[in-house]
Amino acid sequence: MTVAVDTRLSFDDVSMTFPDGTEALRHVSFGVGRGEFVTVVGPSGCGKSTLLRIASGLEQQTDGAVDVDRGDLGYVFQDATLLQWRTVEGNVALLAELDGMSRGERARRVAENVSLVGLDGFADKYPRQLSGGMRMRASLARSLVMDPAIFLFDEPFGALDEITRERLNDELLSLFQRNGFGALFITHSISEAVFLSTHVLVMSARPGRIVGTHDIPFSYPRPPELRFDAAFAELCGEVSTSLRSAHQ
Amino acid sequence: MLDTPLGQGEAIIATQTVAPVTTARRRRGRIDIVGPLLVFAAFIGIWYLMHHWALRAIWDKPNFLVPTPHNVVRTAFFTNENRATLVGGLRVTATVAFLGLAIAIVVGIGLATLMARRQWFERSMWPYLVALQAIPILALVPLIGSIWGYGLSARTLVCVIISLFPIVANTLFGLLSADKGQHDLFTLRGVSPSTRLWKLQFPAALPAIFAGFRIAAGLSVIGAIVGELFFKRGDKGIGILLDTFRNRNNYPMAYGALIVAALLGIVVFVIFGLISRLVVGKWHESTRS
Repeated sequence: MTVAVDTRLSFDDVSMTFPDGTEALRHVSFGVGRGEFVTVVGPSGCGKSTLLRIASGLEQQTDGAVDVDRGDLGYVFQDATLLQWRTVEGNVALLAELDGMSRGERARRVAENVSLVGLDGFADKYPRQLSGGMRMRASLARSLVMDPAIFLFDEPFGALDEITRERLNDELLSLFQRNGFGALFITHSISEAVFLSTHVLVMSARPGRIVGTHDIPFSYPRPPELRFDAAFAELCGEVSTSLRSAHQ
Repeated sequence: MLDTPLGQGEAIIATQTVAPVTTARRRRGRIDIVGPLLVFAAFIGIWYLMHHWALRAIWDKPNFLVPTPHNVVRTAFFTNENRATLVGGLRVTATVAFLGLAIAIVVGIGLATLMARRQWFERSMWPYLVALQAIPILALVPLIGSIWGYGLSARTLVCVIISLFPIVANTLFGLLSADKGQHDLFTLRGVSPSTRLWKLQFPAALPAIFAGFRIAAGLSVIGAIVGELFFKRGDKGIGILLDTFRNRNNYPMAYGALIVAALLGIVVFVIFGLISRLVVGKWHESTRS
């Protein structure tokens, strides 16, 4: 993969062995630059999530170097991780509040991003009153408020139905274009990976290694119909083949 | 975390939890009114049966031991002087129960917070909290009396001891209940332990804390009455009145005192249920079955 000019996150020969001896990652190197959307696909339990936990500093790698500005990083978890006692508005404001953003600025950004993720009219609803997709939108808005330079996504749409997932993919791409963040996205859906990304990395089963890199040439904005394009199907096939060979 | 006393805590809470964290949101139907009314009617019927037939026929006892319901109500609640006596007793007992509960809440939440923050403290304290819970309060009351006398403070102490454990256990359980992802979210922002406590752990704990309050409130009322029954001295609360009336064979008043004691317990239970619903009802997932 080509090294981008404005690199926002780089992994240089990173390995990770947990204290119990489980080897999660072995010699992983890649970079995510401004305007790049990098997706990692791999079998369950291959250490994909560990990649993000190391990138964010939640875990410390045992070997190698990670370069990223952790103060300018958004992390969208597998679960929406909303606080049940806060409304959508309160949840979206949380990170800004913890960062000590001024009240006026916070209110402005919260309103803007609640609307941006399509939650107008739900600002005063509690998480239990929302659908899974809406919770994920709120979770996304919570990170968007901080306008991070790099976004980490840990299978954020894995638990959603196909239709909701595709709609959120479309919307995520328009946010990606609008805000110009770099993205590191984890999924086990090949079509989701190809649809979203500039680059797809294929990871082997544990210990996780990058065993294939696929550049996705489609330009943005990507219309939903791209999913039915022959070139799209071909790329999915290539990624799938490389994923299958990694399994053996 | 699972090898910490939390595991035991859950088990103990499970057996302790008289109060559900929230009441299930069922559709209310006719059965919710008719059912309890029928049970009440059956209860009153058995009560009359005891007086008019069973006491003499089965146990060969005089029937004044169980006065009729209308006699109890008329004597205890529709005779001004008697009613004033019972209300006075209620005031004494309620004061002790609420004072004990208030102290238990402050001490209990403080202890639980420390235990949630410092694992060595949790591990050191837990066995003794379980022990405190295991001591039969009836056995402890005379010992407390012999040291601290029979006044308000000794009775309050009984209430604190009996209601402390459910508050500590439920609060601790609640403080540790925020999920890992939510903790990660706060960790990523590099927050201080006190911010984590106030903005994450404490709000997450509120449903459990209120469940603890409800259990503790009921126990505190029991503690106040048991304390009085044993001490039989000092201000005349419901427990003392109950004992006095029974000694004088004034059974209508003894039953009246019993009803007042039960009502006090029900009222505190309902009050804490209402406060709980007011504070966490809007956002807390109700337990649907």
